[in-house]
Amino acid sequence: MANDKSLIEILKNRGVSRRAFLKFCTTTASMMALPPSMVPAIASALEKARRPSVIWLSFQECTGCTESLTRSHTPTIEGLIFDAISLDYHHTLQAASGDAAEHAREEAMKENYGNYLLVVDGSIPLDNPGYSTIAGISNLDMLKETAKGAAAIVSVGSCAAFGGLPHANPNPTGAASVSDIITDKPIINVPGCPPIPVVITGVFLHYLTLGTIPELDELGRPKAFFGQNIHDRCYRRPFYERGQFAETFDDEGAKAGWCLYKLGCKGPVTYNACATVKWNQGTSFPIESGHGCLGCSEPNFWDMGGFYRALSEPILDVHRAAGIAAAVGAGAGLAVGVVNQMKKKRAQSKHETVTVDDFKEEA
Amino acid sequence: MTSAEFLLWVRGPGLQIATVIFAFGIILRFFEIFMMGRKKNLSAKRASGTGAGFRTVATRFLPADSETMRRSIFTIVAGYIFHIGLFVTLFLFVPHIQLFDALTGISWPGLPTPVVDFFAVISIIALLALMWQRLTKPVLRLLSTGHDHLVWTLTFLPLLTGYLAYHHLFIPYTWMLAFHILSVELLMILFPFTKLMHAFTLFVSRWYTGSMAGEKGVKV
Amino acid sequence: MTFPVEVMAEPWTGNVQPLLHEVYHALKRLLESGEVTVIDLRALPLAPGEEAKIEEKLGKGEVHARIDALGPSEIVETGIAGVWLVTHYNAEEEILGRYIEICRIPAILESQDQDIEYGMDDMEALLETR
Repeated sequence: MANDKSLIEILKNRGVSRRAFLKFCTTTASMMALPPSMVPAIASALEKARRPSVIWLSFQECTGCTESLTRSHTPTIEGLIFDAISLDYHHTLQAASGDAAEHAREEAMKENYGNYLLVVDGSIPLDNPGYSTIAGISNLDMLKETAKGAAAIVSVGSCAAFGGLPHANPNPTGAASVSDIITDKPIINVPGCPPIPVVITGVFLHYLTLGTIPELDELGRPKAFFGQNIHDRCYRRPFYERGQFAETFDDEGAKAGWCLYKLGCKGPVTYNACATVKWNQGTSFPIESGHGCLGCSEPNFWDMGGFYRALSEPILDVHRAAGIAAAVGAGAGLAVGVVNQMKKKRAQSKHETVTVDDFKEEA
Repeated sequence: MTSAEFLLWVRGPGLQIATVIFAFGIILRFFEIFMMGRKKNLSAKRASGTGAGFRTVATRFLPADSETMRRSIFTIVAGYIFHIGLFVTLFLFVPHIQLFDALTGISWPGLPTPVVDFFAVISIIALLALMWQRLTKPVLRLLSTGHDHLVWTLTFLPLLTGYLAYHHLFIPYTWMLAFHILSVELLMILFPFTKLMHAFTLFVSRWYTGSMAGEKGVKV
Repeated sequence: MTFPVEVMAEPWTGNVQPLLHEVYHALKRLLESGEVTVIDLRALPLAPGEEAKIEEKLGKGEVHARIDALGPSEIVETGIAGVWLVTHYNAEEEILGRYIEICRIPAILESQDQDIEYGMDDMEALLETR
């Protein structure tokens, strides 16, 4: 249940000193891309923060987003965030199940009505509610009901934010995103397949410390993490500029770290923090490991024409259509040509010859 | 519509529609032209025209006689700069070569991107110069029709939007790239029904002109 | 099979000199008004090798402190007095943050009032049970 104790009291009970708390606030500011001068504000906000109740609903998902967040076993910043919130319901992580779990959720909703944070991962099937249910309740119903008393909704992962993999052509379950269904609550989209853990916690932290929704772009993504595209921050950019591209995954160019545009990199149209924040605490990111960006934080990235087809290549096959068009054009051309020839013949037959005398007569 | 959806549309259905109309239009026009036939030449041939025809296709790429050059130097120079620039940006830029590879299975080496960028810039300047001439010279202004302005715009937009997209200017890249592709699709749709067909028909008309001259005994 | 290795020109952002200038001006402000400046090294685009170059130029000083709070933190005074390098690690020795602090002593080294209060509570219990 949401605690009446403030965060600072909880930390003290854990043996976490204020010095450690300050270290936490300092690195938090860095993680949220805020200047060091904001540390006192973050510290005072966190001090007074009560643990907000968080209800996490998992729908049509692969659990990758939860995995991304909870991978580490030793205390890390991510782990601490999880402790800083009161995770009242998460059916993958919680011990209870079935009726007991649902009862816990309903209690949390009632107790914190209007103030709890609703986190969703996974898409929602609209075709047949039976495609995805929890304790006999369809995802659609559970979402609508739980969203009613939420202060804000965080759609974690591309499935919840844009429909993700289930939404890919031909979308057999009628998968929809959270924002397709809920239109009267503030929604923060944190896309990615999965999102970078630090980005997820950065968004939670922002809400925790400042109590507001961070500035969002046109797709509802926090600008702090999704404001720049990969291409603009990619360390391989100089190779793109010079026109040095890897042709296959094991050629000399690839070994020299050349640009992966020809191998399908979607970096130019992808907005995420991978090129600066990177993965695994700043170890690396796909391009640095030699594979083009998939564009996983963009809507419909599964249908962008193929992970290994360059951005300038068409998505759909034009050959058949063009072939048919050419054939139709030939037919039409033949028909028009025949009509033109008939016109010419008619004009020739109707042609009246005149002589100079005819003109003299008229005059 | 979001930028991502717009880009997916122009790269997908948009390109299909444009390619269909383009292919239909080009074939249609060629059939129309060839089926009109040519008047039978009743005079005796002094020499074969075939070789002369092909040679003329090549020689007409070179600058004209000195008198023409003197009178129309501005148009000729700007014209060369524009056409060469367009050729380089369209066919020697690696991302475009990728596109042609996907469409035809053929690919070839490209030029370093800063070089292509330079050609794009001079091409744009040349087009602007030609439009300035068209609007300020009285005779040209008199002769210009909506058609002329339309084909200028259809040609100018892809170059401009391509340059802006590459340099990430003005609007977010995804939008600019989508507009660039859309401008090319617009060009493709109207191409077969405008004088831009000269890009294809020049090979035919130059051949016939050379052939006629050759048959008359002119040394080509 | 051998693969020839090509030594490529090092990427360069040009941020090293301006950063050092900023540190110099911060030192001036510190002396004049006691104002503390903290620079987040993660917030600046630095090419690989440039951060090491900055450290090299600043050199090593007389003070080296280590904190164990939610993982280790290393605090080092550089060869320039008043310029401190603070590195925070988590329990898995992964870097969480790196800062250049221009101050008399980084705030994280000082004992915090709240911790002193808790310490007094602990001492009271100690004194009672003796």
